Parts: sequence; C-alpha cells; structure tokens
Amino acid sequence: MPRTQELNLNMGPQHPSTHGVFRCVITPDGETVTRVENHIGYLHRGIEKIAESKTYPQFIPYTDRMDYLCSMVYNQGYVETIEKMLGIEVPERAEYIRVIMAELSRIASHLVMVATMAIDLAGTSNWMYCFREREKILDLFEMTCGSRMTFSYMRIGGVAEDLPEEFIPACRKFINEFPEKMNEVHELLTGNEIFQARTKGIGILPPDMAVAYGVTGPNLRASGVPYDVRKNQPYSIYDRFDFKLPVRFNGDCFDRYLLRFDEMEQSCRIIEQALDSLPEGEIKGKVPKMIKIPPGEIYHQVESSKGALGFFLVSDGSNKPYRLHVRGPSFVNMGVFPELAKGWKIQDVISILASLDPVLGEVDR
Amino acid sequence: MGINVEQPADAKQLLKHNIILTSIEKVLNWGRAHSLWPLTFGIACCAIEMMSTTNSRYDLSRFGSELFRPSPRQADLIIIPGSVNKKLQPLVERVYNQMADPKYVIAMGNCAISGGPYRDSYTVLPGVNTFLPVDVYIPGCPPRPEALIDGVLKLRERIMHPERAVKVSQDEQ
Repeated sequence: MPRTQELNLNMGPQHPSTHGVFRCVITPDGETVTRVENHIGYLHRGIEKIAESKTYPQFIPYTDRMDYLCSMVYNQGYVETIEKMLGIEVPERAEYIRVIMAELSRIASHLVMVATMAIDLAGTSNWMYCFREREKILDLFEMTCGSRMTFSYMRIGGVAEDLPEEFIPACRKFINEFPEKMNEVHELLTGNEIFQARTKGIGILPPDMAVAYGVTGPNLRASGVPYDVRKNQPYSIYDRFDFKLPVRFNGDCFDRYLLRFDEMEQSCRIIEQALDSLPEGEIKGKVPKMIKIPPGEIYHQVESSKGALGFFLVSDGSNKPYRLHVRGPSFVNMGVFPELAKGWKIQDVISILASLDPVLGEVDR
Repeated sequence: MGINVEQPADAKQLLKHNIILTSIEKVLNWGRAHSLWPLTFGIACCAIEMMSTTNSRYDLSRFGSELFRPSPRQADLIIIPGSVNKKLQPLVERVYNQMADPKYVIAMGNCAISGGPYRDSYTVLPGVNTFLPVDVYIPGCPPRPEALIDGVLKLRERIMHPERAVKVSQDEQ
C-alpha cells in the first residue's frame, strides 16, 4: 500500500511578502492549501510591560513604534485615553490639528498597503508611484514635527507644536493633486488583467465570519459591515465632519484593495473640511506637570487605518500605569487569516495576506 | 630571475595605455564594493525607511546597491532594520550563515545597535553585535534614507580599503 506523507511548507519570517517577520506554516494538498498555522512573536518587544515602568508621557514614543505606518493615530488613541481619564479639555485648534494629522497618516498607511500589495503580486512600478505620494505626506509631517515616521507629536492635552505657516498651502496642494495621482495607480494596477485575476473572487471573507473573528477596519467594511469607530462611537471631533462610510460587499481581495482607495478619498474630504474650519487659538490645554491618574480603569477606542484600536488602562493612583493593554487591530485581523486562506491555492495566500494588511510591529508588540 | 629580457621599444607606451598593475584582491574588492546585493529582510520600522531608500525619491540604485535579493544565497549584504529579540535571533544567525562569503552586515537604527528604546525589555537583545560581526552602524530611530545611503557608501569605502578600517577590540565593543 503506498504511503503518503503530509508536506509542510514554511513561509517566513524572512520572506519578502510577509510584511515583516510573520511566519506561517502551510500544509498544501497539491497546490491547494488545506491548513495554515500562524506563528507570531518574532518582533515581540514587550511594549505592554515597558509601559508599566514608564510615566504616562514617557510612553508616547512607544505608541509610535507599535504601528509605524500610521503612528499619528496611535499617538492620538493613547493621549485621548489619558485625557478621558483625567478629564482634560483639549483646545479646539489642537483637536483640528490632530484630525488632520491622523487622516494624513491614514492615507500614508493605505498607500503602503496598496504599494506592498502591488509588489507582492509583482507590480513594481505601482510600488514606486505609491511611495512617491507617501513621501509628500512625510514632507508635511516633517515640516510640522521634524520626523518622518515616529512622531510623538500628540501630547497629553494637545499637540507638541503649532502648524508652520507653509503647512496649510502645502497640504491643500497635496489634497488637490492626490485624486489625479491615484488615477495613475488605477490605470496601472486596478485595471490590470493579471492583478484582477489574482485578486477578484479570491479569499472571500463572509460578513458573519468577519464579525465572529472580531475583524475591524477596512477588512470588515469590504465584507459589507458598515462599522467604523469614527462613525459609530465618534471620538475627538469626528462628528462635525461630513464624510461617508465606504462599504463594499464582495469581501474578496479586490474589494479590500479598492476600499482603501475609497477611504483615502474620504480622508481627503475630512482634511479639506478641517483645513477650512481650522480655528485660531491655543494648542495645549491645562495639564498638571506631574500626571497622576486616580485609581480606576478605562477603555478607549479610535479607528486606526487597520481597524478599531483600543487602549485599556488600569491605574493604581501613581504616575505610571498599573497595566496597559492594547487591542491591536492587526493582531485581531490576523486571527482570521488561517481560516481565510484555507481552500485557496498557494499563490493566493500571498494576495490574501497582502489584502489583510497586517503590521507586525503591532501584531507582536 | 636574473635574466634580462629585452623589452620592445614601445613597451613603456603600451604599459601606459593597456595594462593595469594591481593585486587580484583589489580588483575583487572594487567589484564587490560597487555591486552590493542586500538581503530583503524587513524587521521593524527601519524596514519601511529601507523601502523608501530604494524607492523613487532616494533611489539607492544610483550607488549600485538596489538589487534586493529575497534569498540569502544570492545576497552579500544583510541590513538589520529593527530590534532582534530572543525568538528571532537564531533565525537571523541562520540567515547570515546561509549567505556566501564575503558578506557584510549593517546595523540600521538604534534597536539594532544597542536595543534602543527596548533595551530594558525582557526579550530584546542589546544590539546585533552580540552575535553578528557588524561593519557599519547607522544611528537614528529610524535613520533617514539619506543616512542609510551614507552607511552604504561608508561600507563601500570600507570594502575598497580594508586597511583603513578601525579595529575595535572585544572589550571596547
């Protein structure tokens, strides 16, 4: 009697399309994937433990380094958690600046997603186009806070510095030019037959499964579930802006890819409105020099470019957190990956992983 | 060898135009320095800056080092862009051992140099020099693309002129 043996195919951590040091073990049956096993922790740096030995403001730089693609939103989520607990009033101008920065960060993050998805499916020129646009956003960040990626720009009670004079015209210029530049990407990649063949109808995530696995963000909205923290539980000043919640219904890789473009469009709208109504005034509220939080616990959510990002903070009354837990959207989204990749071909695993857009810095923390 | 060979009259002229006298090692080093093939190994934040460096604005290919290879067998430069923890360390070491000689190491960013902001963490190693022979250290958190280009140029100089490299003793590291 012939004996058969299962083949285990290892992918990562050193692999060009795992977006960092993600590792998965694939069990194929011929070309078809029958089982996928996630292995994470190759970038575990113990950030939550480090938080317990840092004072509240000292932890802001670590939030940058969790999801380094949209750091501004992570800054915002953390400082808002503390403000909520202390009841600090944030000046109007600072709130508007925060929204502008967070939305720019979201665009930059989605651009990296589109770029890496393109290069994983061998679309090199599109990679360059997206990074060219991203550099323009990084220029805006650099002129505001002096850093390209890890900003620590948002502080408890406001922001670190006011916007420079040249920021507003430069930002407007970027917003105006952006849709046209995205058309270039659509012409190159979205309409491409090979790209469509590798993404359309591949890796379908049904809405009930997405909800069951706790998937949030663009991945959930591409499955037809209209949930966004900015709309459903508005934080900061998001309730003042007029923007749509883009939803697509197929739940395949192609929809997840297209939804990023819809989101970038809406982000541009928010930035435009925020620039128009940007008030004058203070950029930092009244904050005690030594930040001590009364004993208690709090959970605060914001919408990052990957999904709902939550901070759960337990305080024992000292100047350091007793425990800080982060609900990372990439980490939760990765949970559905083994289920999603099952039954597809080996090459589809690449496009499914790229369309989920995980950031390993935040998955492993 | 004690035998005088009579040179043709125009030998000196020929030497001037067509012949270069050098050692094999120098020619090889010249070749190695001008076509570094780095390994695609993104770890953390610095990997995104590494991607920016190869991209349209900064364009590392101007210096002949843009051909990122996903296989360690084809690469001769490993850039460590991020923090290496105890779980990742054996893998980095294995990837390094799979690369063919001569090979070079760039420690990019504070995490790779000394552990950076995670030095106090229970998982992160205090720098990759604890297990790899690092050639160039690039400070920054993360370093700008210009800094990475400068680091690659420094490495190039180091390969071409190995005698200029400063020797650091074990206890100084």
